[in-house]
Amino acid sequence: MNDEDLHDGDAGITVINPWQRLRELTDARIGLGRVGGSLPTAAQLAFQLDHARARDAVHLALDTERLMPDLDARFPLALRLQSRAVDRDEYLRRPDLGRRLSEQAEQELAAITPEPCDVSICVVDGLSARAIHEQAIAFLDAALPEIERLGLSLGPVALVEQGRVAIGDPIGEALKARMSVVLIGERPGLSSPDSLGLYFTWAPQSGRRDSERNCISNIRPRGLRYANAARLLGYLMREAQALGTSGVALKDDSEVDSRLGDGRQGNFLLPPA
Amino acid sequence: MAEHVIDIGGRRYRFDTLGALMAAASPRRSGDELAGVAATSAEERVIAQMALAELPLTAFLEEPLIPYEEDEITRLILDRHDRDAFAPIAALSVGEFRNWLLSERADSRSLKALAPGLTPEMVAAVSKLMRVQDLVLVGRKCEVVTRFRNTIGLPGRLSTRLQPNHPTDDASGIAASILDGLLYASGDAVIGINPATDNTSTVVTLLKMLDEIISRYEIPTQSCVLTHVTTAIEAIERGAPTDLVFQSIAGTEAANRGFGIDLALLREGREAALSLNRGPLGNNVMYFETGQGSALSADAHHGLDQQTLEARAYAVAREFEPLLVNTVVGFIGPEYLFDGKQIIRAGLEDHFCGKLLGVPMGCDVCYTNHAEADQDDMDMLLTLLGAAGCSYIMGIPGSDDIMLNYQTTSFHDALYLRQVLGLRPAPEFEAWLETSGIYRHDRGIAFDRDLPSRFQHVLGAMGLGTVDTGTAR
Repeated sequence: MNDEDLHDGDAGITVINPWQRLRELTDARIGLGRVGGSLPTAAQLAFQLDHARARDAVHLALDTERLMPDLDARFPLALRLQSRAVDRDEYLRRPDLGRRLSEQAEQELAAITPEPCDVSICVVDGLSARAIHEQAIAFLDAALPEIERLGLSLGPVALVEQGRVAIGDPIGEALKARMSVVLIGERPGLSSPDSLGLYFTWAPQSGRRDSERNCISNIRPRGLRYANAARLLGYLMREAQALGTSGVALKDDSEVDSRLGDGRQGNFLLPPA
Repeated sequence: MAEHVIDIGGRRYRFDTLGALMAAASPRRSGDELAGVAATSAEERVIAQMALAELPLTAFLEEPLIPYEEDEITRLILDRHDRDAFAPIAALSVGEFRNWLLSERADSRSLKALAPGLTPEMVAAVSKLMRVQDLVLVGRKCEVVTRFRNTIGLPGRLSTRLQPNHPTDDASGIAASILDGLLYASGDAVIGINPATDNTSTVVTLLKMLDEIISRYEIPTQSCVLTHVTTAIEAIERGAPTDLVFQSIAGTEAANRGFGIDLALLREGREAALSLNRGPLGNNVMYFETGQGSALSADAHHGLDQQTLEARAYAVAREFEPLLVNTVVGFIGPEYLFDGKQIIRAGLEDHFCGKLLGVPMGCDVCYTNHAEADQDDMDMLLTLLGAAGCSYIMGIPGSDDIMLNYQTTSFHDALYLRQVLGLRPAPEFEAWLETSGIYRHDRGIAFDRDLPSRFQHVLGAMGLGTVDTGTAR
């Protein structure tokens, strides 16, 4: 959306907001202008188009044929698994099925008899296969060296269709992993149909609660950069080993990007007094 | 637990427990179907409603839906129940209570006096017998007023939370959305950021930034960074200028454990905020969010329906005298509220139940992109909530939350609602908007191309200058 799109040719009925140029600072829909107090036509239709695209993204299928060779090249073993939800419609209505492995997947895992490992990674479609297609491999290429630097061993990677976050628990448990990392497509936003989420769980096993996980959200080029997300994951892994737990007990006290300043200055609303 | 039996048309219907009866009587909801507690037919649902209508309100005091010994929320509800306040309706059945609420006997004064005598279960039960117009009418009768740096919930007023979220908590990006919101007359409920991380340093920095903006521009509102209560306590210990302490809450002890909280921790959070003594007008220092389906999603629903459990969350809220409570009604997704119809009804139920229990209820009128809902559905819920006297709604640039990835109400939506229903912002904030040249009641936004003087310097500070918009005006 550029400024041009937002100029309705209506001989002065639309009020344009001079601060619309602040859009270089954020993807938020600021400075949309107004007709009376309402949204001008162009902005209204731009919203509708983005909503339509996000709706379509929810229903896009995971391209496992394309992803498996990339995972094979990076892990000792790559597994292709499915949840108990058979299709997208059931997936949307039955999150409980998305948290459990299909019988076939359970059998497949049972047949492996793995060596204990430090880290089990699951790549899960979630609500945006597009996020997996576009971010998963690039993020892994930033994160795997970080994991190696920490001296941690990798178990098999699992590519999971129709999965929810908690499906990483039975997988990590079966793979005898000390910790689990689930990469999952977040629900698509209007401006971010491609956002990757990461959930970190110490001692994965079925029945873990959400408060026992740590989340790193919005991993994508226009959100949290791969390298920063990988560093944060490294921090969580170090802290979890020291504490023997994850979740709310593990506070994110890592150093933050100094761009935030001290809060009392450093942005245009708070120029030096 | 007692079995509930009703004979209708020569047929006998049985409901094993009061909880099962409540669930069967609940309007259709995907989350109850997911939990396996919903009525199995449309007929069974209405039969259950008929049985519920016959039930004396005192049954809810005698038969807790979750045992007293097992759940601290049940203990809170029963220990805090005020028999004297309950007296005017103590002899009524649920169906008679609906009639009482719709009658002239129920007005803002009698409802306020009644609130401590009501339990969430009574309120949830009567809501199941009500149509949308009943929920609107009774909701509107309730008056719940709270104060911190301004006054929320007065009749004829509608406040907004300015929600300037940014996916990486970038200070300038957040500031851009704050400016946009203020210039669209938003932000009297709170300027509240959902941070992208729970990182304590980030939270402290954002709190300082909001504090500085509010004091430098002399805005009569409060700030909040919506982080876990433990992080908020830590931020306060590090000296962060904290107005409100936030927490997501639910209606069972086990679901709250899923959030990493219990009542003792909430008490601790409130005391930490009170210790700063920052509210010039009042001491309502808590901000809670809730939403139908959260207990089931934490596998902590005890076989109850999601609407009843949601009402129990308001008992948790009122214990801590919050400034703001809002249901995030469509955020949780279609597995709990499938489509626009379910979201609309749920939003009105939540507002009704919260207000009746004496909670300062707002609503995040919202949906996700995997739900069967769109802007038209939100317009219906928004308009109905305005008619019901909802205390506040969210305000976000163009309805698009670029951090949380969902759609909620925009700054423009609030202007629409104020225009259509003649609603005004909180009085202290309204005065600030007027003197700042931003907004006037009955006129709307009070400036066109030239920014109000208070804000004229900001574009210059960005090196942007004023844009020539002569072609459009």
